[in-house]
Amino acid sequence: MPRPSIPGSGLAKGLAVTLRTMTKKTVTAQYPDVQPELPPRSRGVIGLFEENCTVCMLCARECPDWCIYIDSHKETVPAATPGGRERSRNVLDRFAIDFSLCMYCGICIEVCPFDALFWSPEFEYAETDIRDLTHERDKLREWMWTVPAPPALDPGAEEPKEIAAARKTADKLAAAQAEATEATAQAEAASPQEGES
Amino acid sequence: MNDALDVALRLLVVFVVFLTFPLVVGQTEHKVMAHMQGRLGPMYAGGFHGWAQLVADGVKFAQKESVVPADADRRVFQLAPAVALLPYLLVLLVIPVGPGEGAVGQSVDAGIFFVLAVMGIGVLGSLMAGWASANKYSLLGGLRTAAQLLSYELPMLLTAASVAMAAGTVSLTGILDAFEWWWLPWQIVGALVFFVAGLAELQRPPFDMPVADSEIIFGAYTEYTGLRFALFLLAEYAGIVVLCGLTTVLFLGGWHGPWGADGLGWVWTLLKTAVLAFVVIWLRVTYPRLREDQLQKLSWTVLVPLALVQIALTGVVKVVIS
Repeated sequence: MPRPSIPGSGLAKGLAVTLRTMTKKTVTAQYPDVQPELPPRSRGVIGLFEENCTVCMLCARECPDWCIYIDSHKETVPAATPGGRERSRNVLDRFAIDFSLCMYCGICIEVCPFDALFWSPEFEYAETDIRDLTHERDKLREWMWTVPAPPALDPGAEEPKEIAAARKTADKLAAAQAEATEATAQAEAASPQEGES
Repeated sequence: MNDALDVALRLLVVFVVFLTFPLVVGQTEHKVMAHMQGRLGPMYAGGFHGWAQLVADGVKFAQKESVVPADADRRVFQLAPAVALLPYLLVLLVIPVGPGEGAVGQSVDAGIFFVLAVMGIGVLGSLMAGWASANKYSLLGGLRTAAQLLSYELPMLLTAASVAMAAGTVSLTGILDAFEWWWLPWQIVGALVFFVAGLAELQRPPFDMPVADSEIIFGAYTEYTGLRFALFLLAEYAGIVVLCGLTTVLFLGGWHGPWGADGLGWVWTLLKTAVLAFVVIWLRVTYPRLREDQLQKLSWTVLVPLALVQIALTGVVKVVIS
């Protein structure tokens, strides 16, 4: 059974609510004067880290809006070792994203196997002409520098794949090195006897 | 001092107060309302926290075209804002701010009569506007204004009469001269009734059915633009100043305060008025609008009986004392 309330207590409660709200901090964002603090991975704009791009075209093919334009050509790289085979390599000629088509789904960023695409919280790139919203690689490159560091992992989270892979390689390398030094040590231990004999 | 100069000076001071105080109340309303809703309110005009927002609004209103609808009653339509605004100026003239002759624009012997009669005229402005606009919504708003005036003038008069009985005079300065601190608890019911009825007469939320924008656009002011519309708004805020000043003088003891009786009485009056103005804004932010029938019910079933009880109480106490 609800407690019988004093008449007018509801009115007083209402007054208390507004008065309390007045003493609290306001939630208004003074945007043009004060930039908002957006968290990493905010879907503002897509930045391109060119060096990581291998022109695998996965992003362009996965893009639901077909808003990524990639042109490239092949270059042959001379053999690294004498007598080796010449290798061919993709060179990026054009990388453009049409942000008038982009729906900010982030699939390109998810799908990029080489970490060449990133979300940047930068969002002030409105244009007066829709055609000016196609941004080329230099512009995408500039946005790359606005990408904040990713947030720290949760305590107890799984190790990131890159680090796990790197550690595995390092461990393997260390093991191989240890084996090698052991082998040489054994060989050295064996060799003086050889010298003596 | 020269008599004419004295009168001119008094009029000038009252006029300046009349022009500035409503703006101060309006700006306070902007800010208080915003913060009560978790916002900041105007921040740009004038630089510091948007202090010049209402000045900017005034400039905007002055630049706008003043349209008179084709079917409107031109004269009445154009006259209505003045009728709505001027009574408050006249009332302001007789409200005593401090003790003595120097702190009142013009002391009138029949102060309460004058004040209540003249304040009633202000509502006529809305009624004229509503009738002359040739607009259904305006007419509805005007009629609601009239209905509201009819039902709320009575409790206002009754409670004012209660104070007059207590003081044995109808002069505002006389009432304040007779004021004792224990009048405060004695007349508290009357004060509440007077204040609420005054709010209703000013058509302030939660009693703003005559201008209920979600029902009847903007009531009697629907057809108004530019400076005339601004005058109506100014009238509302001047009304707040006047109502708060009157409540202060009649019920809160005006210039009487715990200390600073000599020379600083006017500070008390202004302080009490400001606090009341804050309460007016506070009520506006807190409560939703009453329905038209609820409004009438509040007046006739709550305020009028309470006012009568107050009069009875005043009479009994008065007889017991004397």
